[in-house]
Amino acid sequence: MSDGTIGLVAAGFDDLSELETARRTHWGRWAAAVLIVAALALLVRAFAQGQIEWDYVGRFLTVPVIVSGIVATVEMAVCAMALGIVIGVAVAIMRLTPNPVLRGVAAGYTWLFRGTPVILQLLLWFNLALVFPTIGIPGVWSARAVDVMTPFFAALLGLGINQGAYTSEVVRAGLLSVDQGQYEAAQTIGMGRLQALRRIILPQAMRVIIPPLGNEFIGMVKTTSLASVIQYPEVLHNAENIYYANSRVIELLIVAGLWYLAVVSVLTPLQMLLERRFARGVARGRG
Amino acid sequence: MTPPLVAIRNVAVAFGPFKALRGVSLDVAPGQVLCLIGASGSGKTTLLRTVNQLVPVDGGAIYVDGELLGRRREGDTLHVLSEAEVARQRMSTGMVFQRFNLFAHMTALQNVMEGPVQVQRRRPAEARAEALELLARVGLADKAGNYPAQLSGGQQQRVAIARALAMKPKLMLFDEPTSALDPELVGEVLAVMRELARSGMTMMVVTHELGFAREVADQVIYMDAGAIVEAGPPAQVLGSPREARTRAFLSAVISSPAKERA
Repeated sequence: MSDGTIGLVAAGFDDLSELETARRTHWGRWAAAVLIVAALALLVRAFAQGQIEWDYVGRFLTVPVIVSGIVATVEMAVCAMALGIVIGVAVAIMRLTPNPVLRGVAAGYTWLFRGTPVILQLLLWFNLALVFPTIGIPGVWSARAVDVMTPFFAALLGLGINQGAYTSEVVRAGLLSVDQGQYEAAQTIGMGRLQALRRIILPQAMRVIIPPLGNEFIGMVKTTSLASVIQYPEVLHNAENIYYANSRVIELLIVAGLWYLAVVSVLTPLQMLLERRFARGVARGRG
Repeated sequence: MTPPLVAIRNVAVAFGPFKALRGVSLDVAPGQVLCLIGASGSGKTTLLRTVNQLVPVDGGAIYVDGELLGRRREGDTLHVLSEAEVARQRMSTGMVFQRFNLFAHMTALQNVMEGPVQVQRRRPAEARAEALELLARVGLADKAGNYPAQLSGGQQQRVAIARALAMKPKLMLFDEPTSALDPELVGEVLAVMRELARSGMTMMVVTHELGFAREVADQVIYMDAGAIVEAGPPAQVLGSPREARTRAFLSAVISSPAKERA
């Protein structure tokens, strides 16, 4: 009898440790791979023979107008997302207070800005001067609305306020995901509502909030292209301006597309870093 | 006679149509250990939670160290206290939960320091030294840097006790502190509580650990259906109960050996 055996075991049942296990051949996978490679090859051939001047793509990829356009795109995405997160956190907290006035305001805000297309909101902000020729605080400061509502500012308000409505629901889901006992424990050491939210609840909610928020941010990078309708000089707007002049429509759309892909590809690892930061105390096993 | 540290007078609590407490009155003298026993749904946890205002009372009054909880009396009118005033009142009471409720994103040390530094605004270096001392007192000096998920249930509960003590409370509340623990971990938590009782801390303990109640409690209260059925020293309530309901409860608890420990 070998070691580790307790008592008697019946003979005739070999443990098969001498034999090798043959790997299964996945015929289906091989067939699919061959089909896809063939399809890709046909696609590449079609594009190579099609009416695309690939050297134009290479040449316009790094021209100053395109580079300044992608910088403006990233700038707007970051600023609008920051505004969206600030509004979103505030609205999510308002929706969870016992104060019925704050709850109502928060619900009304979400309803209004989620319920209308973002392109319509951009146009409304940009054309605010038609409603209010001058804006300001009575007696303190005032200015002509056309001077204030630059394409940048209109795009920031339009995209940021719209984003806030979506972000508030993401944040609310995160706050609700934290166990009620955490809030009670914070109360018993003398914390008020806001302090408990800031110190105890939000840091734990971040773990749940970040993946959908990363999703929203990637969406925002691409939604900035809508700001081209109000003359904000982001990358798609600038690409359009070039092809209006030289008629290389597809080439310049490919240039813009490559830049969007590049930005989004950089964001994904950044999100993973953030996720790891907020997984403190959860991801680790027992020591 | 010294005035009671906790005075509960005719307290009633209702959750919708369900009457969780139907006029409960009791006193806890300074330094006394009170054990609350009873079946689930008898109102003992609700009573404990009213003492640090996690559950608001619908009738009656509670005084801790002579101060009326939750309201302020001006002549014949009672005014509801602001959230900040309630938070201040809570600080004189430490609470230990059945499910520990340690802050999951903080280490054991950070859990203990959080209240003193963030709420009492004490100097971090000083709070840190005290927190380490408290962790040593509950036998966890070497676990200061561990997150709750890296600790056993018994260790988590001892950190939770240290966290409550860090606020220097006048009164400690324990809500079934060993009910969520594996049997072999109950003893270490009860040992810490025993030491705390000996040090003169006033304690209200909701528990199923009759051995602990018999040994440590000055007063045992048996509750049923939101009211006190029987109260007295442990030898009387646990040893020779007068009420039939108490006797029935005790024989039910004792016949399930897992409940009789310590």
